[in-house]
Amino acid sequence: MLWSLFFSQLFNGVQLGMLLFLLASGLTLVFGIMNFVNLSHGSFYMLGAYFAAATLAYTGSFLVAGVVGIGGTMVLALAVERLALRRLYARDHLIQVLATLGLIMFFNEAVRMIWGSQPLFTAQPAWASGSISLGGLNYPTYRLLIIGAGIAVALGSYLLIHRTRIGMLVRASSTHPEVVAALGVNARQLNTLLFSVGAGLAALAGWLVGPIVSVQSGMGDTVLILALVVIVIGGIGSIRGAFFASLMVGLVDTFGRAYMPQLLRGFLERTVADAAGPALASMLIYLFMAVVLALKPGGLFPVKR
Amino acid sequence: MFPETFHWRSPRIWLVLLLLAGLLLMPVASAALGTSFYLSFATRVVIYAIAATGLNLLLGYGGLVSMGHSLFVGLGAYVVGISSFHGLTNGWVQLAITMGLTTVVATLTGLVSLRTRGIGFIMITLAFGQMFYFLAVSLKQYGGDDGLQVEQRSVFEPLPSLDNKVALYYIALGVLVLLMYAVWRTVHGRLGYVLRGFHANERRMLAAGFPQLRYQIVAYVASALPCAVAGMLLANLTSFASPSYLSWQASGDLILIAVLGGMGTVIGPLIGSIVLLVLEETVSKMTEHWMIVLGPVILLVALLSSQGLWGALLQRTRARAPSGGDRS
Repeated sequence: MLWSLFFSQLFNGVQLGMLLFLLASGLTLVFGIMNFVNLSHGSFYMLGAYFAAATLAYTGSFLVAGVVGIGGTMVLALAVERLALRRLYARDHLIQVLATLGLIMFFNEAVRMIWGSQPLFTAQPAWASGSISLGGLNYPTYRLLIIGAGIAVALGSYLLIHRTRIGMLVRASSTHPEVVAALGVNARQLNTLLFSVGAGLAALAGWLVGPIVSVQSGMGDTVLILALVVIVIGGIGSIRGAFFASLMVGLVDTFGRAYMPQLLRGFLERTVADAAGPALASMLIYLFMAVVLALKPGGLFPVKR
Repeated sequence: MFPETFHWRSPRIWLVLLLLAGLLLMPVASAALGTSFYLSFATRVVIYAIAATGLNLLLGYGGLVSMGHSLFVGLGAYVVGISSFHGLTNGWVQLAITMGLTTVVATLTGLVSLRTRGIGFIMITLAFGQMFYFLAVSLKQYGGDDGLQVEQRSVFEPLPSLDNKVALYYIALGVLVLLMYAVWRTVHGRLGYVLRGFHANERRMLAAGFPQLRYQIVAYVASALPCAVAGMLLANLTSFASPSYLSWQASGDLILIAVLGGMGTVIGPLIGSIVLLVLEETVSKMTEHWMIVLGPVILLVALLSSQGLWGALLQRTRARAPSGGDRS
């Protein structure tokens, strides 16, 4: 019994990690390669979830919902980048923080106006709603699907970045943007592409997470902070770092939540321990990040400049 | 306000004096209107101005973007809340605890944060802010998620009781004016010039032999202390200490106030605080979806201006009077 709890928590941790990776991979590219502090990344996750939930309610097809969720968010991201954010790439980080905070406010309020402040609940697709037996442990198929999606994106982005021409340009412009531009590559187009692919990955995460959380305004904010922690621990700009840091943060968070109350019960009253445990577990991640940064200011997998 | 050299004919001196006179007369106006709403609103403006003035020292002069300064606001609020919960209402003792605790926390978090630069610094200050946010949530015996009601306001003998809203307002205003004077002295002193030097050209300052960490950590702690005092005043105004005071959105608000008014100017944060809170209040009266208006406004401010309102004004008056003195 104890071990089955442990293993299901392990899977939960990996699943959370994969979800974070979907967000962090796009974010780390935008942060690292474009040197742009994009706090509105969480909004694209939220928009993806809303678009998908609305489409699911309308068509009833989970896959169509995904296509519309991701596609719609990418188009919107493209428009936002063209209209506003592109002008901020060369500005101070401070101005970028401010502008994207404004965007967060706008999108949070916009979805509240369109879909109301009640959270939306969506159903898992019938073909993935059961559970799979893994050596005596029953684990929900849907959560395995999320883990699979994360691994697929990790593999896909690894191949994209290390085996294709576009990936080569991305790698090159992360270290030597001037040289790449001087060789005649349209750096603006590359940035726009990167930005909307990042937003698409965030929307993918939002679509997948729809059935297991409540889709509501502001859902992107908390996840965004976790994704920021991930990319800082992993080293800003490093997809590999984002992958391992996502797993670490996912596991630390899940195990902290599961076992912290039990640990605290050793020296606190039961009710106090049960209440304080999850919050202290949340602190653990930030503590972890502070320790990593104090020892290695560039993160665990710093990108060489 | 408080430029290095005064030019009495400069219009902006009169503007500042007019602003201060307006703030001084605020309780009278509020009493004439027969409602205490404007008074508590003005108190909130002044309290946010205090916090933003503190942050401005780090942000505007040091160029260090801290996304975690609401931590210190929360610290001050929780010191008032928790000590009042245990029956300790002596304001001076609370102030001493707040100052001591803030200095310790700011020194420790500052030493770690200042190891990083740029995006790293933004992120790690954000992380520390979140850490203390969750710490506040985990304080179950002090309200946890719901926050903590402050039953008894701080007692600053021999000052009048803070239960009197006018007294609270004037005390907050007094703190703000003293603070602005202190900031003015600081930024025109050695610390201010060294800080600006490191912001403008780090390599040259290092080559000139200035110990970077020593100056920046002093600025970090000095910018945290006013935030903590603002937190104490806020807890006394609202009779409440809540984890939301420590949220990262609250830190964002402080940055917004500083930038809106004009970073690196002494009076900028006050102007930013007035403009932001008045804007919030008026738009939220018109529609409950006020954030849909405020969001794009912030985006526009970021896109169009990096100097803020006071900075833009300074530039205009300086263009008219070239001898206008130092930008302050």
